Amino acid sequence: MTDYNFAYLDEQTKRMIRRAILKGLAVPGYQVPFASREMPMPYGWGTGGVQVSAAVMTTDDQFKVIDQGADDTTNAVSIRSFFERTAGVATTTQTAEATVIQTRHRIPERDLTEGQILVYQVPIPEPLRFLEPRESETRKMHSLEEYGLMHVKLYEDISRHGHIATSYAYPVKVEGRYVMDPSPIPKFDNPKLSDCPAIQLFGAGREQRIYALPPYTQVVSLDFEDHPFVASKADHPCGLCGAEDSYLDEVIIDDAGGRMFVCSDTDYCTARQADGFKGKDAA
Amino acid sequence: MQTQMLDGGFTQPALQAATAFRSVMEAMARPGTIQTMVDAAPPAPLSPAAGAVLLTLCDTETPLYLAGGCDTPDIRTWIAFHTGAPLVGPSACQFALGSWADLMPLSAYPIGTSEYPDRSTTLIVEMPELTQAGATLTGPGIKETAALSLPETAAFQANGAQYPLGLDFIFTCADRLAALPRSTEVR
Repeated sequence: MTDYNFAYLDEQTKRMIRRAILKGLAVPGYQVPFASREMPMPYGWGTGGVQVSAAVMTTDDQFKVIDQGADDTTNAVSIRSFFERTAGVATTTQTAEATVIQTRHRIPERDLTEGQILVYQVPIPEPLRFLEPRESETRKMHSLEEYGLMHVKLYEDISRHGHIATSYAYPVKVEGRYVMDPSPIPKFDNPKLSDCPAIQLFGAGREQRIYALPPYTQVVSLDFEDHPFVASKADHPCGLCGAEDSYLDEVIIDDAGGRMFVCSDTDYCTARQADGFKGKDAA
Repeated sequence: MQTQMLDGGFTQPALQAATAFRSVMEAMARPGTIQTMVDAAPPAPLSPAAGAVLLTLCDTETPLYLAGGCDTPDIRTWIAFHTGAPLVGPSACQFALGSWADLMPLSAYPIGTSEYPDRSTTLIVEMPELTQAGATLTGPGIKETAALSLPETAAFQANGAQYPLGLDFIFTCADRLAALPRSTEVR
């Protein structure tokens, strides 16, 4: 640990990231450019989230990392041990105990509280990027609040599929101003973005953007009056804990078409099983 | 005299700056809350909280404007040694420091551009007192309403009307600090 500065990054870099976070909080949903650094992991592995976590972390924190809801996947394990080693920070897998939670593509099932910070890893921060590839143009569109193209995209979904087929990275509007990409969380999680007691920070390392949602910010998923937003999930209970209110992963269990649905949030599922809840596939 | 200028910084820069930043971030994310800052001992009349904010956020990349009573040789030397921030006028600064009266007029500071609203000044306002009473605040970061002893209301209403452009404020008093981002509605 003594071989590194606290939380790996040098102090000047942390100051630069911290200034970007403050401006992000002052203008919720606006993407603040920042001078993203090379990190000792490849782009796409959460370099933006790691830099934001490093900038907000203190020695008093309990740090949790989830990858698609799970604490025990490669990405989560490696980032957790990275901060154990470079910051000497205490880590946990329990959502309720954590003060800083870095997440890849999920919001924990358990309600977040005022003392917590949720750090998202973001691959493509620009919600308009697949509609307009030029940064100079998307920046202009944000400044003019010109979001018609996004509604056209959702409308094309309806005309092609009969419903809005976007199921993750579902665009939201923040405080009636900026359209924001909530990172590739399932749209099941979108309602949790709004009015959340925790601070939500978004870091995109390769794209060099930071944005933020202060607590209790109003976040609305884009939709139409006749095609309202629906937070969908697989229509099953969890096979292990029986939960009917959690987001589920589909797991193929044999080569004869067998499958089971389990909570994507491993902490939520484990805690429920410890409390005696049992699903139909539980051992 | 000169050795005093070397003192008053963070004794453990990485750890204390991390703790100090968390307080500033909590203040900016939850307008109206008052945070207590870790120890910094800048020369008078600078408050310890304002000193800690400078140590946490300012460096050679952030032009700083010292307004009125804060523009003393002692403070200039202290800032030069501990942060290296270049001292500039109000129109070119990223941070400005002073009392409310000394910082006027607000029209002198950059408020960002419509494509880059983040390129605006953050004002560090030294306050004679700081309490959770006075102007009513609503907006992002506030569950229902909050209250903060602002020096006035009209200036903040005018600032908020420029949203998403505008200035952001950090209020400091002794070792305590609060913040008011441009997104907050002041009544």
